[in-house]
Amino acid sequence: MAENEMHIPTMAEMQAQDKAPEVLFWVGCAGSFDARAQRVSRAFAELLWRAGVSFAILGNEEGCTGDPARRAGNEFVFQMMALQNIETLNMYNVKTIVTACPHCYNTLKNEYPDLGGMYEVYHHTQYLDQLIESGRLKIQSSGQPGKITYHDSCYLGRVNGEYEAPRKLISSLRADVREMERSRSNGLCCGAGGAQMFKEDEPGDKRVNTERIEEALETGAGTIAANCPFCITMLEDGLKEKDRQEDVMVLDISEMILNNIK
Amino acid sequence: MIQQVIFAVVTIIAIYWAFRQFSQIRRNIFLAQKKEISGHQGERWKRVLLIAFGQKKMFRRWISAIMHLFIYLAFLITQIELIEILVDGFSGTHRFFASSLGGFYTFVISLIELLSVGAFIATFVFLARRNLLKIPRFRKQEMTWWPKLDANLILIGEIALIIGIFCMNGADTVLQELRPDVYHETGTFAVSGFFGPAVFGSMSADWLVGVERFGWWLHVLVVYAFLNYLPSSKHLHILLAFPNVYYSRVESRGKMENMPEIMNEVKSMMGLATEGEQEMGEEIPEFGAKDIFDLSWKNLLDAYTCTECGRCTDVCPANMTGKKLSPRKIVMDIRDRVEEVARTMKSEPEMKPEAYDDGKSLFDYISKEEIHACTTCNACVEACPVLIDPLDPILKLRRYEILTLSQGPADWMPMFNSLENSGSVWQVPDERGSWTKTVEQN
Ligand code: SF4
Ligand code: SF4
Repeated sequence: MAENEMHIPTMAEMQAQDKAPEVLFWVGCAGSFDARAQRVSRAFAELLWRAGVSFAILGNEEGCTGDPARRAGNEFVFQMMALQNIETLNMYNVKTIVTACPHCYNTLKNEYPDLGGMYEVYHHTQYLDQLIESGRLKIQSSGQPGKITYHDSCYLGRVNGEYEAPRKLISSLRADVREMERSRSNGLCCGAGGAQMFKEDEPGDKRVNTERIEEALETGAGTIAANCPFCITMLEDGLKEKDRQEDVMVLDISEMILNNIK
Repeated sequence: MIQQVIFAVVTIIAIYWAFRQFSQIRRNIFLAQKKEISGHQGERWKRVLLIAFGQKKMFRRWISAIMHLFIYLAFLITQIELIEILVDGFSGTHRFFASSLGGFYTFVISLIELLSVGAFIATFVFLARRNLLKIPRFRKQEMTWWPKLDANLILIGEIALIIGIFCMNGADTVLQELRPDVYHETGTFAVSGFFGPAVFGSMSADWLVGVERFGWWLHVLVVYAFLNYLPSSKHLHILLAFPNVYYSRVESRGKMENMPEIMNEVKSMMGLATEGEQEMGEEIPEFGAKDIFDLSWKNLLDAYTCTECGRCTDVCPANMTGKKLSPRKIVMDIRDRVEEVARTMKSEPEMKPEAYDDGKSLFDYISKEEIHACTTCNACVEACPVLIDPLDPILKLRRYEILTLSQGPADWMPMFNSLENSGSVWQVPDERGSWTKTVEQN
């Protein structure tokens, strides 16, 4: 199937045709604008499309969930973003949301209910796991995936307790999985959370992503699997710093799955 | 008789003083916001059982967990012996429960003795770890002279207590042969049954009585000293760990506390219906936390419960990469500030909590550089063995800085502006959905 057959509708388009999608794909700021994360958005959209899931995005009607503003301490801006988004989501009567960003996932799932936004929210690794479990997507391992290590993002792992879904997806690729020393609830942050992504580090003797990439490289893995656009940025920066971008890759789990389906 | 009187006086004074200090701490904790914490009782009791009693989180580090367990169990079970000490002390009896409990008595005391030997060894290992080995978490900036001395003092106290127990039981064992009329048969204790005759076997009866009394009084006095020392020590955790675990957050960690005042303000700006129509007053309200009064009582209970173990700081990504932030320091600073406020309120009774002003705040203890370094990764929250949340106060301080002071890292301003103007964290000319076009053209 050629890629140009895929069309990603917006909620507005769907509504105009009197249709409602199975799930809303919440793209997030990184997934919408960051060149690297856009590739993840595409990969995940294609997976949804191949699985025959009817989905839509909000397009221009989507705004930042407000997570970085809230964690920086700016509750005003957070409330502005969140209330606007909830207005939009409720207007379209959205019930189920999937997102490829664990920060969006956390905020939509845990913080919007207090503001009147109640949705069933999935992180894309959870959603993909379900699609595979229900047989809508079929894995066909394409050759040798080699050694893979997996980086737990704080907001999917420690904050929301999801350690298994991403690991299940990776092991379905029959890869040689090498865990880092600090993993699961003990996983080390990439350094981007809490709005650190948007500022210079405070004075110190090392960057957090350097610390993390060193640990990832110690596993000898050729692929570092991630589940968060900000982690991907941080880890790739780390690779550049170590001059290893030629032989080591950072991939979102959805990209890995897309390379290995029937 | 004279011993009984001395005992009664010492006991009453010790308990009275301890009571006063504990009440003071209770008052201090409630200087903060009295937010109600309730519900989820099943989950809460489960946590108390597993995490406070069962020390589940400690077992992430096996060696310290086992050592700590010895000291903890020895401490816990020695308290059973304390019941007898109180009875004997007040009534002038000797080993009141020995004859009525028989073999069970021998068992309990033997258990105490065995655990005490374990605790004795553990204490020396802990002393060595703290003072000889270079373990980073015991050597951070916040581990100034007092926290270090505090840790050592208690270990020395523990040694004194154990010496007391063995003097008392060891001498008693020998005396049972010499003066069976007073020192009645207790069965053979696991440790002093052998240790006693070996060490004290050659002493005269008068000396033995002296040693026995010395051990008994040492035991009593160390316990009373400990009780009165607790309120100013990190060892308060042996009591507060229980309520602290009980009242720990049950909701998702991912949820920051909502601010309804701001939500309603924004809602009315946006022309949405607000809940419970509340007008903002004339005064510009203060948001976030500047001082301990603005924190929640649970934040202060956290601060008093902290064991200063540094597990949080050890896993903090900011700290391990050389930034100034240390979650333990945040928690310890809060306690220091509460203590300072309480002292000032005592010496200047006209300073009421509502209008307290000594020209200082939490920001005199915690710098902005520290709170700016946090990635909100929750590693500290996950690591704490007594379920303290060091992140919550950090975020409340950030809220104060941004919302009330309108300050904060300059780098964040473009992000906030962009959010307000374009709804995304970066100011970009593209449409939000333009990535889909590139997909379709690929
Ligand atoms: S949440 Fe903040 S203080 Fe706690 S470990 Fe992470 S960076 Fe450190
Ligand atoms: S907050 Fe918890 S982990 Fe950190 S030093 Fe205190 S007791 Fe230890």
